Amino acid sequence: MTDWLEASFAAQRPKALAALTRYFRDVDTAEDAFSEACVKALAVWPKDGRPRDPFAWLLTAARNSGLDKLRKAQRHRRLLAQHPLDLEPAEIMMPDPDELRDDVLRLLFMCCHPALDRPDQIALALKIVAGLSVVEIARGFLIKPKTMEQRITRAKKKITSNPVAFETPSPEERGRRLGEVSLMVYLMFNEGWSTSGGDVQIRPTLCREAIRLARLLAELFPSMGEQSALLSLLLLQFSRRDGRLDDAGILVAFEDQDRSKWHRAEIAEGRAWLLKSQRISHQGPYVIQAAIAAEHARAPTADELDWPLIAAHYAALYAVQPNPVVKLNQIAADAKVKGPEYALRQLEPLAETLKDYRWFYTMRAAFLTDTGEAKAAILAYNTALGLNPTEPERVVIKSKIADLEKT
Amino acid sequence: MMYAINIYGEVGVFDNLPQARQEDLMSGHRALQEKLGARGDYVSVKLMPPSAAVTVNPAPTPDQDPLIVDGPFAETKESFLGFYAAEFDDLEDALAHARMISSPIARLEVRPIDWAGGVISTQ
Repeated sequence: MTDWLEASFAAQRPKALAALTRYFRDVDTAEDAFSEACVKALAVWPKDGRPRDPFAWLLTAARNSGLDKLRKAQRHRRLLAQHPLDLEPAEIMMPDPDELRDDVLRLLFMCCHPALDRPDQIALALKIVAGLSVVEIARGFLIKPKTMEQRITRAKKKITSNPVAFETPSPEERGRRLGEVSLMVYLMFNEGWSTSGGDVQIRPTLCREAIRLARLLAELFPSMGEQSALLSLLLLQFSRRDGRLDDAGILVAFEDQDRSKWHRAEIAEGRAWLLKSQRISHQGPYVIQAAIAAEHARAPTADELDWPLIAAHYAALYAVQPNPVVKLNQIAADAKVKGPEYALRQLEPLAETLKDYRWFYTMRAAFLTDTGEAKAAILAYNTALGLNPTEPERVVIKSKIADLEKT
Repeated sequence: MMYAINIYGEVGVFDNLPQARQEDLMSGHRALQEKLGARGDYVSVKLMPPSAAVTVNPAPTPDQDPLIVDGPFAETKESFLGFYAAEFDDLEDALAHARMISSPIARLEVRPIDWAGGVISTQ
């Protein structure tokens, strides 16, 4: 029974905690109050049956237990003085949907505090919003629980010393917060998807939690196409997790992956969210990236990919996000249509900007291999080896060099 | 008599269950599908989350287009998650089959079918 109830608590947590944080104006108080409500539910629900509205029940119980503590605790006097609360609990505490939406966004945005570096923002979101334990988060980041504990404590101090306003945000401010928070979710996924250095290529916990948060945003902001598109993108990407490494743990190039290992259910759902977001716009960076991922997922074999379409998507992406890595991807797609000589010429102007980017060299090496310039290709692969590839990448690069040396 | 077994539940709870519990649930569904399949044709539908939905509301006036809203039809505590439809001997038989997929996270509604047609599959 406990498993079922805890799954229900986990599903309610982001919204409940968001509403409680606004109510108490303090994350720690909200977290404690929510845990207490869950403990109470574990005792009461199995006996009296599940309440008709579990969310309202948890919220009300948490509010009451939090108020109880506030009344008793000396250390909260200051807080009470600052934010006079109605200490007489009403029957049920239920924020209206618009308010709740801003609450969740605010809580996530608090985690994106500019004083924190990106990994700490992500860790904080995992702790506060997703409700992961410190041990789970530490495992996700491949560090010791003790170290993670310290980092989270420090991060929490920083966000409370410089709080986000609790008033309803203006539409512009809401849009800005949504952009920041979406980027954090996107980077949380990437952090799990490919680590820079080290021998682990994917950490599913981070990917799954990022998908959960993207799902939350898509659900709360149904008329914002980019949030539906972000969820689509992450689902489509994650569907390929079992095809990325072969049985020996070696990274398999995208085009060589065994497509039967891709998860169909996630591809179908990713596609559904893409179609929904495209009703609103085709222009945003997430919707374009999701469209690219969807084309990759659609083609039954790599030979059947619509490369001109993919190249056009990358060109569109470069128009809204003019960064050299996007350009690199556009060149890779163009190479399939216009050949390796054309692609090599296109790479030239990027050489300086991407001189520390290992994928620049692996791509250049692949084009050089195609044009028969083995020596230059080996040189490029060796440069990539010097730029801190992950262990699976290193194995692939070395085998490419070995192949070239045979010819 | 044809009955639908409609499944209602709280969205997202399944995804938060430990792997072993998810397996328990799925094995119940697999057993039901096998049993129904052995008896004849049946329909089994699992819906994506309601937030993936778009709603088509009736046109406000006859000369206007229907109103399309980016979201589910209703925000409720419990959502329509999927259904089975098949021929059963009688109500008791339908209830016995519904019991096979009963779990703490779902409410099942066994409702007689008035009319059914079409054949679909995602397989």
